[in-house]
Amino acid sequence: MATQHSRSAARLMMAPAVILLLGWMLVPLIMTLLFSFKKYLPLRGGDLGWVGFDNYIRFVTSSAFWPSVLTTLTIVGGVLVITVVLGVFLAILLNQPMWGQGIVRILVIAPFFVMPTVSALVWKNMFMDPVNGLFAHLWKFFGAEPVAWLSEASLSSIVMIVSWQWLPFATLILLTAIQSLDSEQLEASEMDGAPKLAQFGYITLPHLGRAITVVVLIQTIFLLSIFAEIFVTTQGSFGTRTLTYLIYQRVLESQNVGLGSAGGVYAIILANIVAIFLMRMVGKNLDA
Amino acid sequence: MARSVTQKRKIINTAAAWSVGLLIFFPILWTILTSFKTEAQAISDPPVFLAFDWTLENYTVVLERSDYMRFLWNSIIIAGGSTLLGIIIAIPAAWSMAFVPSKRTKDILLWMLSTKMLPAVGVLYPIYLIFIKMGLLDSKIGLVVVLMLINLPIIVWMLYTYFKEIPGEILEAARMDGASLREEVLYVLTPMAIPGIASTVLLNVILAWNEAFWTLNLTAAKAAPLTAFIASYSSPEGLFYAKLSAASTMAIAPILILGWFSQKQLVSGLTFGAVK
Repeated sequence: MATQHSRSAARLMMAPAVILLLGWMLVPLIMTLLFSFKKYLPLRGGDLGWVGFDNYIRFVTSSAFWPSVLTTLTIVGGVLVITVVLGVFLAILLNQPMWGQGIVRILVIAPFFVMPTVSALVWKNMFMDPVNGLFAHLWKFFGAEPVAWLSEASLSSIVMIVSWQWLPFATLILLTAIQSLDSEQLEASEMDGAPKLAQFGYITLPHLGRAITVVVLIQTIFLLSIFAEIFVTTQGSFGTRTLTYLIYQRVLESQNVGLGSAGGVYAIILANIVAIFLMRMVGKNLDA
Repeated sequence: MARSVTQKRKIINTAAAWSVGLLIFFPILWTILTSFKTEAQAISDPPVFLAFDWTLENYTVVLERSDYMRFLWNSIIIAGGSTLLGIIIAIPAAWSMAFVPSKRTKDILLWMLSTKMLPAVGVLYPIYLIFIKMGLLDSKIGLVVVLMLINLPIIVWMLYTYFKEIPGEILEAARMDGASLREEVLYVLTPMAIPGIASTVLLNVILAWNEAFWTLNLTAAKAAPLTAFIASYSSPEGLFYAKLSAASTMAIAPILILGWFSQKQLVSGLTFGAVK
C-alpha cells in the first residue's frame, strides 16, 4: 500500500512532533549537564567556572540524598500497592449487579478530576488539621488524642492523599478489564466446585495482569514527579522530602544551580532505570 | 428461591458499593458543603453536616478578593490552547504511524512516551532560563507551549491507537478518487476518528487543567491559572475553611462536571487503548 511517495510524506508529517520532542528533551538536558559541572550561583556571582564532579559528589554525600531517594520510592511503592489492591477490590465490587451503578461510578471517579493543589489543601486543613480537622473531631469522639497527621505521620499521610487521587484511575481501568472477563469461564469453574478464592486467584487475577501493568506504568510516570502535594502540605519537612523536592529546593530556594543540576542528572538516571524496567514489561504486554 | 438469593445479594452489593462510593466522594462533598457555611460553623465542634445556615457569602468574598475570573480565564486558555496545539501537531504524526508504519514506528512511539519520564525538576532551571531570555516567564503562551510538549506523547499515543482501528482501505479509496494527502487527513480520517479525538482532547484538557509543577513554577501574577490561585491559600494567615472551600469548589467544578459528562469517552482514553 505504501508507495515511495507516501513514505516520504509520512516522514514529513511526523517531523514536527519528533523535532519538537527532540528539542524539548535535548536542549534542557544538555544545559542541565553543563550546569552540573559548574559552580553556578545566580545570586552570588553567577557562573564561577568548571568544578568537575564536585557537585555530583556533594549531592550524593549530603545527608539529605539517600533519605530523599527512600522517600520517593516509599511514596511511589506505597501508592502503587494501595491503589492496585483497593482498585482490584473495588473493580470486583462495582462489577456486581446493583442499583445505581452509574451513580456509584461517578462518585468513585470524582477524585481524579480534583487538581492536586486543591486535594492537598483540603486534606491538610479540613481533615488532617490536629485542631479543626474532621479526623481530630472523630478521634476526640472516640476518646482518643487527636493526631497531628502531617508532622507525626507525615509520609503515610501523603501516601494517603496521593492514593485517594489515583484510586479512581486504577479502579476504572481494572473495572474495564474485568467487564471483558468471560463469564462462562467463571460459571464452568463454579460447576466444577472451585472455591471463590481459587476462582479469583486462577481466573480473575491472571485476566487482570495486563490492566495492572498499564496502571503501574502510567501511575509510576506521574508519581515519580509528584510536587504540588508536598509543596502545599509539608514543604518537604518531616521526612517528606522526595528527590524531586530536594532538587527543587537546591535550584530555586538556595539558588545553587550547579548542585541542583547534578541532582537533576541523578533524578534522570533514577527515572531511566525505572523506565527501562517498565518499558520492557509494557512492550511485552502490549504486543500480546 | 434462587431469585430471592440473588435479590438479597443485590441488596448487599448495592449497600457495600454505595458506602464505598460515598466514602471516596466524601472529601469533595465535605468541601462543597463547607463552602456554604459561615466561618464559625466551618470549624464548629462538633462539626455540623447539613443543619447550618446556608450562605453564599464565601463565594462573593472570594470573587471580590482574588480576581477568580482572571485565574479561570488563564486556566481555560492554557488547558484549551495546549490541547488544541498538541492535537494539530499530533494528528499528522499519528496518521503516518498508523497508516504508513515502518520498522521504527514502534521505537519512535516508545521513545516519545519515554520523554514523559524525564523528571521535570531535572530540567527546571534550563527552562526557567530560556523563559527569562525569551520573555516568556509568567506568560500564557509560554505555558501553552510547555504543557503542549509534556502532553504531546500522550496525545500522539492515544490518536495512534484510535487511528489504527480505522481500516486503511477507506483512506486508500479516497486516494484513488484523487484526494490529496491534506484532504485525505482532513476530510476522510478526521471525521471518522472524531470519537477518539474527543477522548484525547478531554483527557488532555483535564491533565493540563490540573498540572501543578510548571504552572506553579513558571507563573507569578499575570498568567497564573487556578492551580496557583489555590496554592496561594496555603499560607496560614489567609486560612479560612469556608473561603478555602468556596475557592476550591470553584477551581474544581468546571473539570468535575466536564469529567462526569464524558466519563465513557474518558475510560477508553485513559487506558491508551491498551485495555479493552
